[in-house]
Amino acid sequence: MTAEIRTSAEDVLAPKIRGQWRAILSRVVRTKRGATGLALTAVVVLVAIVGPFFSPYSPTALVALPFQRPSATYLLGTDALGRDVLSRVLSGGWLLLCMALAATILGVCIGAAAGISAAYIKGRADGLIMRSADVLLAFPQLVFALLLVSIAGPKLWLIVLAVALGHAPQVARVIRAAALDVSERPYVRAVEIQGVPRRKVMYSEILPNLVTPLMVEAGLRMTYSIVVMAGLAFLGFGQAPPDPNWGIMINENRVGLQSNPWAVVVPALLISLLTIGTNTFTDAVARVAIGVERQPVELTTVVAGGQE
Amino acid sequence: MEVLTSELAAGPEPSIEVRSRKHPVLALASRRVMQGLVTVFLVSVVVFLATEVLPGNAAYSILGRSATPESIHKLELQLHLDQGIVAQYWYWFSGILRGDLGTSMSNGQSVTALVSARFLNSAVLVLLAGFFGTLVGVLAGAIAALRRDRPFDHALSISSLALTALPEFVIAIGLVLLFATNVFHWLPAISLLPPGTTPLSRPHVLVLPVATLVLVIFPYIARMMRAAMIEALESDYVEMARLQGISAKRILFFQALPNSIAPTIQVIGLNFLYLAGGIVVVEYIFDYPGIGQALVSAVNNRDIPVIQFIVVVLAAVYVVVNIVTDVVALIGSPRRRYAQ
Amino acid sequence: MSISIPRLRVDGLRICRSGTTIDVASDVSFSVTAGEVLGLVGESGSGKTSVALALLGYARRGLMISEGTVALDGVDILTLSDRELRGIRGKAVAYVPQDPSTALNPSLRVGVQLREAYRAHAPDQNGAELRISELLDEVGLPATPEYLSRYPHQLSGGQQQRIALAIAFMWRPSLIVLDEPTTGLDVSTQRLVLETVTSLCRAHGVGAVFVSHDLAVVSGLATSVAVMYAGRIIEHGPTERVFGAPSHPYTRGLFEALPSAEFAQELRGIEGQPPQPGGRPPGCSFAPRCSLRVARCDTELPGEVVHDGRSVRCFRATELVASHARISIQESPETQESPETVVTPILEVEGVRARYGSAEVLHGVSFVVPSNSCVALVGESGSGKTTLAGCVAGLHKEFQGELRFKGSQLPPGPSPRTEITRRAIQYVFQNPYASLNPRKTVGQIIAQPLEHHLDMSRTDREARIAQTLDDLSLSRSFVSRFPDQLSGGERQRVAIARARVVDPELLICDEVTSALDVSAQAVIVELLRELQGKRHLSILFVTHNLALVRSIAQEVVVLAGGVVVESGTVHDVLEQPQEEYTMRLIKDVPRFKGAMS
Repeated sequence: MTAEIRTSAEDVLAPKIRGQWRAILSRVVRTKRGATGLALTAVVVLVAIVGPFFSPYSPTALVALPFQRPSATYLLGTDALGRDVLSRVLSGGWLLLCMALAATILGVCIGAAAGISAAYIKGRADGLIMRSADVLLAFPQLVFALLLVSIAGPKLWLIVLAVALGHAPQVARVIRAAALDVSERPYVRAVEIQGVPRRKVMYSEILPNLVTPLMVEAGLRMTYSIVVMAGLAFLGFGQAPPDPNWGIMINENRVGLQSNPWAVVVPALLISLLTIGTNTFTDAVARVAIGVERQPVELTTVVAGGQE
Repeated sequence: MEVLTSELAAGPEPSIEVRSRKHPVLALASRRVMQGLVTVFLVSVVVFLATEVLPGNAAYSILGRSATPESIHKLELQLHLDQGIVAQYWYWFSGILRGDLGTSMSNGQSVTALVSARFLNSAVLVLLAGFFGTLVGVLAGAIAALRRDRPFDHALSISSLALTALPEFVIAIGLVLLFATNVFHWLPAISLLPPGTTPLSRPHVLVLPVATLVLVIFPYIARMMRAAMIEALESDYVEMARLQGISAKRILFFQALPNSIAPTIQVIGLNFLYLAGGIVVVEYIFDYPGIGQALVSAVNNRDIPVIQFIVVVLAAVYVVVNIVTDVVALIGSPRRRYAQ
Repeated sequence: MSISIPRLRVDGLRICRSGTTIDVASDVSFSVTAGEVLGLVGESGSGKTSVALALLGYARRGLMISEGTVALDGVDILTLSDRELRGIRGKAVAYVPQDPSTALNPSLRVGVQLREAYRAHAPDQNGAELRISELLDEVGLPATPEYLSRYPHQLSGGQQQRIALAIAFMWRPSLIVLDEPTTGLDVSTQRLVLETVTSLCRAHGVGAVFVSHDLAVVSGLATSVAVMYAGRIIEHGPTERVFGAPSHPYTRGLFEALPSAEFAQELRGIEGQPPQPGGRPPGCSFAPRCSLRVARCDTELPGEVVHDGRSVRCFRATELVASHARISIQESPETQESPETVVTPILEVEGVRARYGSAEVLHGVSFVVPSNSCVALVGESGSGKTTLAGCVAGLHKEFQGELRFKGSQLPPGPSPRTEITRRAIQYVFQNPYASLNPRKTVGQIIAQPLEHHLDMSRTDREARIAQTLDDLSLSRSFVSRFPDQLSGGERQRVAIARARVVDPELLICDEVTSALDVSAQAVIVELLRELQGKRHLSILFVTHNLALVRSIAQEVVVLAGGVVVESGTVHDVLEQPQEEYTMRLIKDVPRFKGAMS
């Protein structure tokens, strides 16, 4: 008997919230999609991070004639100005990745904070937040970034900010809807009528139930960050010209598509693998999360005098 | 799918005041139009403030180092920088309403002349892509739902996962590589239109840009259609219809389809919204003379009047598409259209 | 025994999960003759709906009919082609769904849906309008063009169900399958629908299979019953035999759990839950929960024993019938007399008016909850009972009038109330599937109000939680479980534990058993009664179920349309109702028509 109480006592004191996101991730990587997504992402991230250390030539040095086909010296041939494509590929990913990551984190944080506050504070704050989100949403994301760039020039921090501000209203809407739903649930009411302060209700009752939509949103926004960042670079708004960047490479080398397609195909492939990887992984998270969320709906003897 | 539906759930709020005296569709439309006008107005203010009231002198920042006192003065007059902010804004906004959009700063052409033909070209591109994207998406989604867990369904699931992840320019380059430059040589790699010609008179230049946009949008529509269709096919009312001995074909077209179209309309609307931004990259790649391409070159040249106008137009398109989507979705859903 | 050939004969029916040998129903055999109503009774998960659908040759996605025959007028419909089956469905055999609000197509007008049902089996549409107006007349609905042009959501639940009945009777089928057709309806609507069903069946001489969890409804309607448990029929025979003297331990358990509208009675629930498909024991499925089990029950599957006019799947059937011909009903002692000694009431409700936005739902409600007593607040849907409970609990803030708790005023909403009041009034929600945070363990859920209200040492807190779990007959090992690992009844007990743990003086229970099966409901009701007796607790028990009131409350307040219609002791109100509304309400409660006395 005493032994039994002991174990139950320890359980009561168990950590406040179960390592939810860790639990979900460990299930995700065991699914086929999750593992594929993770592997694809990991390969490209690895290339982007350790690539610069293995670059055979300087990525900005003019080493040969333009658009040479691959050879033993230049494994992927040369680009529009006669630079080594392999070197540029190896060095052209890390900044793109860092910027996409920064924009994602910033955008999801701003959006989530705005969404949760709008849902729980309601009233005027809600109206104000969602109205500003509406105005921001009226700009297509890429166009919004272009607008900011046209004002202050193609500065990297500005591009990060522009992409993040493009994400924020979308994240805010999704999280607001999820938070609204959760905050109406009886289990939240049950705590509210005890007189528990609102901040605590938000933190310990609502937030744990938003972990999965937040994870899915973060994954989705990461994919879109890469897409928009690469798109901006492709249009010529990213790093300054001589520096290598996969997006720029695709644009500057497409005139030589017939002479040396590799200068376009390889960076395009890397971007594709990366976004397909993050998207597939996010999809796996959403699938697992839905499985986790699903509650046994066994309201067999449903109510006669129920909802009023 | 989950992602899309969650985004949808958060989408334009469908709540309608059922108690209002007006016809519910009319009530919704008029309320949305009012909200839309406010949004467009706010967007125009944001755009104006962002572009005109720059820190430092706008004229100088535009002209850069080559500025001479005369050229700065000339530009200031042109931008009405010598007047107050409100007056400047009013001058600009009323100009848009009058159809006088000022003159382009890069080539001195009137913005109206520069933009109007391009606007038409872009509209052709968007409408064609939207139409085919919707068609392919709805069909693919419906077939996948009917052949659930069979090869077609799996193929759609995987390919839509990949397609929704890819940037437009990668898809476009892939198509060019395949159909224009390296493998086959069937289509032009760029879609030049001599001035005075309409895209419809040269349909072959439209194929690749439209195909690119269709590939980008159809997976979203297909996923939603599939989900909505499966929900309808597994619903109690379809089960009931089967138990009444109603034929499978009639159940599909008469019972399931109307209920799965309504949620899909929302996603179709979202994709038209996407197209408004998506044309920027696609027009640039194919050198297609639309407003997207104009925007890119305007940003490169810091051609403020052109940028201002295009951004406001795109915002207006966003608002209009939203209104149309909401109204169509409402018409498609009697449950929301009529009060108890 | 009827001499007519059975309309329906089911033999050795087995329904499996697709591609597996895991069955959700097996060895199901019965027959139905013309004009006979067979009640197919079981709790959730017993496989009764799967069997009902199999009678139309239909299996839901993920299930398949793997063995057996379903002979309709002599033809085994399981051997028919899809095309032939379609010709039979809706014509020879019809189905009435459980929930008409989802079973009618939301985007088609009801007239169109009726016409579709006609069209399915008619070469042309000529007779449609005539037949539809005939049918609507029979089910008591107006056949006006205006009515036919309505959408389902513009009809009430009872009207929707009558549309579904009209569709089912469209082609005068020889068999009709009704799947819990009145679940979710108010008692008065339920009675109307049941009367319609009975008169239609009688008028057209159809055989009917009536699937239900509600023993009282079945007893009033069915000529014979088949009780299902874990996919098998465990007792089957004429209604008066089976319900008059149930002989399977499960059937007996169901009756002991069933509250009666006629007299107060101690309810006895059945602990545990039925085994899931695939996890069924090799022996009798009920053995793990059976108090009369012998060694053989665990290893050997009992066959059907025909005895005393019914067939039973129990090794001990013969001895049980012999020794307990009647089930024992204990008149519960506590609920008999109401507390005569008048002390300060714990709760006084005086002239309370409550609004939702601009709509007033309570129009001046007054009553009193005496200390140490249980008051039942009874009403149909829309009566305002949940709103009133919400006002007291602090959930609903938009009200005027006086609420006094132990003599001092109770302000709206939780924040202006004192800490002591908030602790002293606790609330248990209707739906245990939604009232427990899915992200927290049972231990965390119960600890939450304890941490908030009482400053206790850890050890004290744990001891208190363990004690509370014991009080509610929950295993202490539950502290580390998550709500989704519990059954509905267990969840509701956890929800009560959360309220109980801070030693409240007033417990508000809002329809706490309406989402549960009777066997789980009985456990909850008895636990509440015990808590109220032992712990000096007052309970405001909100319910739509008049039968339950007898078993738990001493006083009753009848609420209708936002006003108190009648109130008094349970005995007075239920035995000698003064108001017409109360009389009707009592009359509409399905009466038990077994040979109980």
